[in-house]
Amino acid sequence: MATASSTATTKVTLPSDREILITREFDAPRDLVFKAMTDPDLIPRWWGPRGYTTTVDKMDVRPGGSWRYVVREPDGRESAFRGEYREIVAPERVVQTFEWEPMAGHISVDTATFTEHDGRTLVTTRSLFSSKEDRDGMIQSGMEKGLRETHDRFSELLVELRDSAR
Amino acid sequence: MQATLSALAEPNRRQIVELLRRKPRAVGEIVERLGLRQPQVSKHLRVLSEAGLVQAHPVAQQRVYSLRAQPLKELDDWLEPYRRTWDERFNQLDDVLRDLKRKKEKRDGHGK
Repeated sequence: MATASSTATTKVTLPSDREILITREFDAPRDLVFKAMTDPDLIPRWWGPRGYTTTVDKMDVRPGGSWRYVVREPDGRESAFRGEYREIVAPERVVQTFEWEPMAGHISVDTATFTEHDGRTLVTTRSLFSSKEDRDGMIQSGMEKGLRETHDRFSELLVELRDSAR
Repeated sequence: MQATLSALAEPNRRQIVELLRRKPRAVGEIVERLGLRQPQVSKHLRVLSEAGLVQAHPVAQQRVYSLRAQPLKELDDWLEPYRRTWDERFNQLDDVLRDLKRKKEKRDGHGK
C-alpha cells in the first residue's frame, strides 16, 4: 500500500554551533504521534534501528521522571540511553535530556514539538548540546551506526539475491 | 569540514549562502537584501571565501559572488548517516501510527 507518509522526508539541519534540528511529517493526528512517542509499550516498536531490540527499562513520563532504553544489537552487544523529562505538555511538547551511557556526561536537551495541520503532524526536534564538540560527536556516532546499518542492508540484499537465484 | 561548520554557524552568513543558492550576486545586491552595512557584508564574505564556500569574480566594476558546492556536499555527506538513522526510526514510527489510526477508527465506529 502506498501512502503519503512513505514519501515523507527527514530533514536534518544545524541552526547553530550547538544544535541539531530534525523535522519530519507524519500522516496522523498529533495525539496519536504524541502517544506513540510517550507510550512505553510502543517505544520498542520503532525507537531502535532496524534489526535491533529495544527494551524500555524505565519510562516515567512526567517532569522530573527518568527514562532508560536498552538497545541490543544483532551481534548481542548492548548499550543504554537515558535521560530525564523536563516538560510534558500533551500533545504539544516534550522536553527531555538525552545521554548515551557509554558516553555519559555528554548530555543534550531535546525539545520535541508537535504541530497538526489537516490531520498530519509535523514533529520538530531541537537538540541542544553543551558544546560544539558534543554536537559533532553525536553526529559522528550516527555515522558509525549508519555504516553498520548499511552493512546490514547489504547483507540482506545478498540473501535476497541468493534466494532469487535458486 | 570544521571551517565549513564554523563559517555557517553565523546566521547572516547562512543567509548569504541561501541568497547565493539561487544565483550569483554582486556585493551591492547582498548588502541590499540583508539590510546590513557594506563592511559587515564584506567581512562575512571574506569568512565564507576563506572556508571555500563562495568565490568572487570581477564583473565590470563589481565583484560577483557565487556558491562553491564542494564544502556543502562534504557537509551533506557528513550528516547523511545521522539523517538516515532518524529516517529509519521514523519509517518504523509510520507503521506504529498506521496501527494506532486503524484501532482508533474501529473504536470510533467508522472503521474501514
